[in-house]
Amino acid sequence: MKNIWIIAKREFRTFLDSLVAYILLVVFLGLSGLFTWLFGTDVFYIKQATMQPFFQIAYWTLFFFIPALTMRMIAEEKRVGTLETLLTRAVTDGQVIAGKYLACMMLIGVALVFTLPYYFTISWLGPVDHGAVWCGYLGLLLLSSAYISIGIFASSITGNQIVAFLLALVTGIFFHWIFGLFSSVTSGGFASTLNYLSASTHFSSITRGVIDSRDVIYFGSLTLLSLVLAEIQLAARNVVD
Amino acid sequence: MDITVSNLSKNYGDQKAVDSISFQVKTGEILGFLGPNGAGKTTTMKVLTCFIAPTEGTVKVGDLDIFENAEEIKKHIGYLPENNPLYLEMPVLEYLQFVAEIQGVSPSEMPSRLRSIVSRCGLNKEKHKKIGELSKGYRQRVGLAQALIHDPEILILDEPTTGLDPNQIVEIRNLIREIGKEKTVILSTHILPEVEATCDRILIINNGKIVADGTPDTLSRQAQGRYLVDVRIRAKEGEDIAVQLRSLPGVSMVETDHARPDWFQITSTTGLETREAVFHLCVKNQWVLTEMTPVEERLEDIFRELTLK
Repeated sequence: MKNIWIIAKREFRTFLDSLVAYILLVVFLGLSGLFTWLFGTDVFYIKQATMQPFFQIAYWTLFFFIPALTMRMIAEEKRVGTLETLLTRAVTDGQVIAGKYLACMMLIGVALVFTLPYYFTISWLGPVDHGAVWCGYLGLLLLSSAYISIGIFASSITGNQIVAFLLALVTGIFFHWIFGLFSSVTSGGFASTLNYLSASTHFSSITRGVIDSRDVIYFGSLTLLSLVLAEIQLAARNVVD
Repeated sequence: MDITVSNLSKNYGDQKAVDSISFQVKTGEILGFLGPNGAGKTTTMKVLTCFIAPTEGTVKVGDLDIFENAEEIKKHIGYLPENNPLYLEMPVLEYLQFVAEIQGVSPSEMPSRLRSIVSRCGLNKEKHKKIGELSKGYRQRVGLAQALIHDPEILILDEPTTGLDPNQIVEIRNLIREIGKEKTVILSTHILPEVEATCDRILIINNGKIVADGTPDTLSRQAQGRYLVDVRIRAKEGEDIAVQLRSLPGVSMVETDHARPDWFQITSTTGLETREAVFHLCVKNQWVLTEMTPVEERLEDIFRELTLK
């Protein structure tokens, strides 16, 4: 546990030392702010004190934001060779993966904390369904957790950051959009399976203010599966080939 | 801690990078790993540091096995990989602290440990700079510092002096010598004078196999089996020194040189020392012996002989 925290701390500091974190934060806050307040179906347009527009926008911005964050996690260390220095220290492969995951979660957490002023302002404008807002934040965290894990797995496959980015995006788009899309044009058991696999189904049910254990399990297992795959990918260097 | 490697093999696809090698390194020994590029030095080191698993064979570090106790072993090893990969965006001190934390240096020990390693590796002026801003020599020092920070019992260095200037090379060698007194050190290099200057024992690998193992001295003897001695003898006119030298027991050949009438190179027959006999001969004939220098077979010759086969 201590090792995970040490690695997470270092990764988080690297985010802050590089411009990447700031650019992504500004873009994330800018986009979500823009769409929450000014553009399209913003709060003034729908004349309701609700955070729903923000959650819908964050759902998409995080989808692009996260692969950009995770792409360098392992790919860069592989390319530069620091992975070797890291893994020959007193840590396990799993701790390295978990540390990196935690650092990404922390940065997403910070980004979401910065959006709290939106919530406070809206609640000042009119009556807000507070429960739904907190559920929405929880939904965003769960969604991020799943995408971060997918991103880290993508990053563990390759030594090239761009490939890792695209791979995470392509894998993500299935859960994010395509499964949902297909489930609406098919029928029967196939459609319901696809519907279950779609992140948007689970996300929208959480943002509605209902925390169903199935939704939590869905994001949890997606996270765990991807992290385990990433660990296996790291351990693959040991496999006799 | 001793390291025992037995029948270690590592295959990459069809290629055998390391082919059933066995050796032992004892505490207080500095082992030089020598071999041409691609001989399997780095692969062996990667196995020893638990980075990759071997195809066959075992490695024991003390009583610990690399398959079962990897986490424990890694705590005792300080490792400087080839090409010295570092987090370039981190400041030196922050990086060293990160490594120390992960290797289990306690917070109470941390400040003194950091201070001593920074001064020992000559990083005092550069400690707040980002690693990416440092020159190659200084990065190498950071690499060495990160390997030493937790005071490991085993030090594994893959080409530790690449990119250093001659002064720094001497400093690093002294450092390695000093550390090697109480620790187990394995270093790889293809700079031959380096091995001669720092190592107690040399292991030459070629095509994944060990082709020679021994001290620099024994290796030179093994390669040739003969001793060479240069002598200079002053005698009265007319005495034929060379003839008398040739008649000595154990002497197989005496070379002379017209330009230097008092110079002789004596080659012994296999395994025999000639120096004493030469000395007694000089005393008996009242010759003046002005010089006697054992000629060492240069390690380079041995190396070429063993690895070009």
